Amino acid sequence: MIANFGFGVLVISFLVTLYSVFAAIYGERRKIPAMVESARRAMLLTWPLLTLTAGVLIYLLVNNHFEVQFVYEVTSRSMPTYLKVTAWWGGQAGSLLFWSWLMSAFASLVTLRKWDRDREFLPWVIVVACVTMAFFIGMNVFFENPFAQLYQTFDGVAPHTFQPADGVLFTPQDGRGLNPLLRHPGMVIHPPMLYLGFVSFVIPYAFAMAALITGRTDDRWIRLTRRWTLWAWLFLSFGLVLGGRWAYDVLGWGGYWGWDPVEIAAFMPWLTGTAFLHSVMIQEKRGMLKQWNMILVILTYDLVIFGTFLTRSGVLSSVHAFAQSAIGPLFFGFIGLTLITSVILLFHRWSSLRSETQMTSMLSREALFLLNNLLFMSILVVCFWGVMFPLISELFTGQKVTVGPPFYERATSPLFAALLLLMGIAPLSAWGQSTVKTLGRAIWKPIVGAIVVTVVLFTTYTRNPGALVGFFLIALVILVTIYEYWRGANARQRSQDENIFTAFWNLTGRNRRRYGGYIIHLSMMFMAVGILGIEIFQVETQGTLEINQQMSVGGYDVVYQDIAQFPGPDGREVTRAVLGVYKGGEYLGELNPRIDYYYDAQQTMTIPGQRSTLRDDLYILLVDWEPVAATGATFKIFVNPLVNWLWLGSLLFLVGVVIAAWPEKDAERAAVRSKARIQQQTSAAD
Amino acid sequence: MGSSRITFYVLLLTLVLAGLWTGPASAQGPTPTDDEVNRIAKQLYCPVCESTPLDVCPTEACRQWRDVIRTMLAEGKSEAEIKQHFVEQYGVRVLNEPPNRLVSYLVPAVAILLGAFMLFRGFQMWMKPSITESRSEDAKPEAQPAQDPYIAKLEEELKKRK
Repeated sequence: MIANFGFGVLVISFLVTLYSVFAAIYGERRKIPAMVESARRAMLLTWPLLTLTAGVLIYLLVNNHFEVQFVYEVTSRSMPTYLKVTAWWGGQAGSLLFWSWLMSAFASLVTLRKWDRDREFLPWVIVVACVTMAFFIGMNVFFENPFAQLYQTFDGVAPHTFQPADGVLFTPQDGRGLNPLLRHPGMVIHPPMLYLGFVSFVIPYAFAMAALITGRTDDRWIRLTRRWTLWAWLFLSFGLVLGGRWAYDVLGWGGYWGWDPVEIAAFMPWLTGTAFLHSVMIQEKRGMLKQWNMILVILTYDLVIFGTFLTRSGVLSSVHAFAQSAIGPLFFGFIGLTLITSVILLFHRWSSLRSETQMTSMLSREALFLLNNLLFMSILVVCFWGVMFPLISELFTGQKVTVGPPFYERATSPLFAALLLLMGIAPLSAWGQSTVKTLGRAIWKPIVGAIVVTVVLFTTYTRNPGALVGFFLIALVILVTIYEYWRGANARQRSQDENIFTAFWNLTGRNRRRYGGYIIHLSMMFMAVGILGIEIFQVETQGTLEINQQMSVGGYDVVYQDIAQFPGPDGREVTRAVLGVYKGGEYLGELNPRIDYYYDAQQTMTIPGQRSTLRDDLYILLVDWEPVAATGATFKIFVNPLVNWLWLGSLLFLVGVVIAAWPEKDAERAAVRSKARIQQQTSAAD
Repeated sequence: MGSSRITFYVLLLTLVLAGLWTGPASAQGPTPTDDEVNRIAKQLYCPVCESTPLDVCPTEACRQWRDVIRTMLAEGKSEAEIKQHFVEQYGVRVLNEPPNRLVSYLVPAVAILLGAFMLFRGFQMWMKPSITESRSEDAKPEAQPAQDPYIAKLEEELKKRK
């Protein structure tokens, strides 16, 4: 009954989004503002409707309604309540509903903004947002119904949306339980962040399409969506970082990023989104690259859908799984349809999107930003090819191949290094005009500083050429960023008679976008230190130890002290080892790597024991232990130097984006206020 | 005393000869360490556990694969021979890279070079003053948000460095 109610509300949500699309188009075409307003209100209604649908699903999940197929597949009685709630996005049907729910929240937020100056965009923003939403809700209604119930018929037990004539409701005693890999606090935040990033990129795309349809192709749509884009980028970036942290803590292979197609699916829209964030600045400052910005926003939107398609259609397992999947071909069709429509619209407005100005120097900031775009797109090409190559190979040769980390690392490393170099140079080049001489004068001091840092590292830390090149580039970007801050704060300090800290604070406060961006650059360098550390300096060893035996790696001595097996709190059996950690004879503490066996899912999880410092991470896995033989236990030990700078950098990144996205004082409003104040003073004087 | 020394030398010689004789039989060498096994396992993927390299995959099937590697290493097989064994058994998908590297790298390399060429051509076109019109100050798209005068000053400084 409750499940039927949930499905009913879902169907109503679907109809409301369709109504919103048609009302918006009809209202715009017939010039009936009331119809457009009705479409806006309908779009506003989707969020409460989908919240109600989600509420019903959560109720079913939390209360063990195993007669509902989705609940049966992703929960079990032994799971704690918070995991039953997060199981909402732990399966196909639920995650599609979660996508739609987040999308409706963002669509509602958009409709609540003031539209006075941009009324002509409204109907088309509604159309794009609601078509996207209708597609995802439609997936749930017609193919992946989270409320389908299990019925016993003569043919056996099967899920049905409506009760079959000969069917009797079937309620299993217990559910299968959530995939143990997803039973981690990281999974509570990681998918929502990623999905938030995905859905919020729909908004800039919707405005871009509105601009193309209406012909208002100036940079108004970019200004309106700048903050949206930044938040979308923040969510997506944070989603990626959290995914990395989850992999590091849960997957038990000593790393955070395995160039897995699912990871790459989320990374691809991030690449185009990052290129877009840089490229829009050229349009705002110089009136250039309007066509390119449109291409980037279209690509980002379709890569968002493509990412969801990759993870949801079964295409990654094999092209045959894709062909058998109900939603795979539909996703494919939707991507094709939106891409073709967008490209047609883009060509229709191509001439009105020409640059208003010319490139005057190949070393100007806009030229370097364009080069940065080329590098981001190059990394995208590598990623896209790496994901598609196994499918293409299977399709044309019948031979499935694996494209693993060596391909990506070899192909992207020089591109990432070039990006770092650009991050060091671009802030010191000027908009419009820069020459080798002007740039050289600006950059020589940071280069000398970076060389000094590299020499110090060469004598004290490493002689690895790759690492030294990486550290040189990182040092260059950090020094250039600090230099830029110092130049700005110093200029303020001299003119305003402020102390350096106040000058620094005011400078950042009054130019949030610029200096927030610099903080983001700094955070990226922290992350780069972490990536360089683990990629180049990681050491590992594996061995079987008996009690009180020790193993040494990377300067650490690890002594196997004890092992115990006991039942865990949520239906798992825990095998937990105790290892003493020493460095140079000094006792540092104990670590407890463990293996959790989940009875409901019949799956094991290898949870590492970790000791984290800014210098390195000692990361120990319990690989094997046979209770019968009990002669010893096998451990795999990693020492991951500098990896914690990656997580530290991600926190700084958050600060940078919040600063950059924080609303600037509106120039127009400030001008009006100051004018009013003058008038007030004048009248008071009279 | 003399005879015991002779006995000692005879025994020593026997042991040395025995050692030489048994040499070929123990060409298998000592049991390979986990690290030696993992060095090869890291480069392989089992067809079931997608995206998890063999050296860290916790499943029973992958554990058996690692045992096969250990046995083959003990038999004196080279890394290439071991990888080839798995390819023959399960297909090229067990390798962490496509066997034909040229194809896998060529397509993205060509695409990137094409992009770089297009960008270069774009630069050339943009920098031709006859094609594009210089943008006048009045043609600025919209009022910029309030910019700190010091930023404008900094930008000017960057332009004027000589």
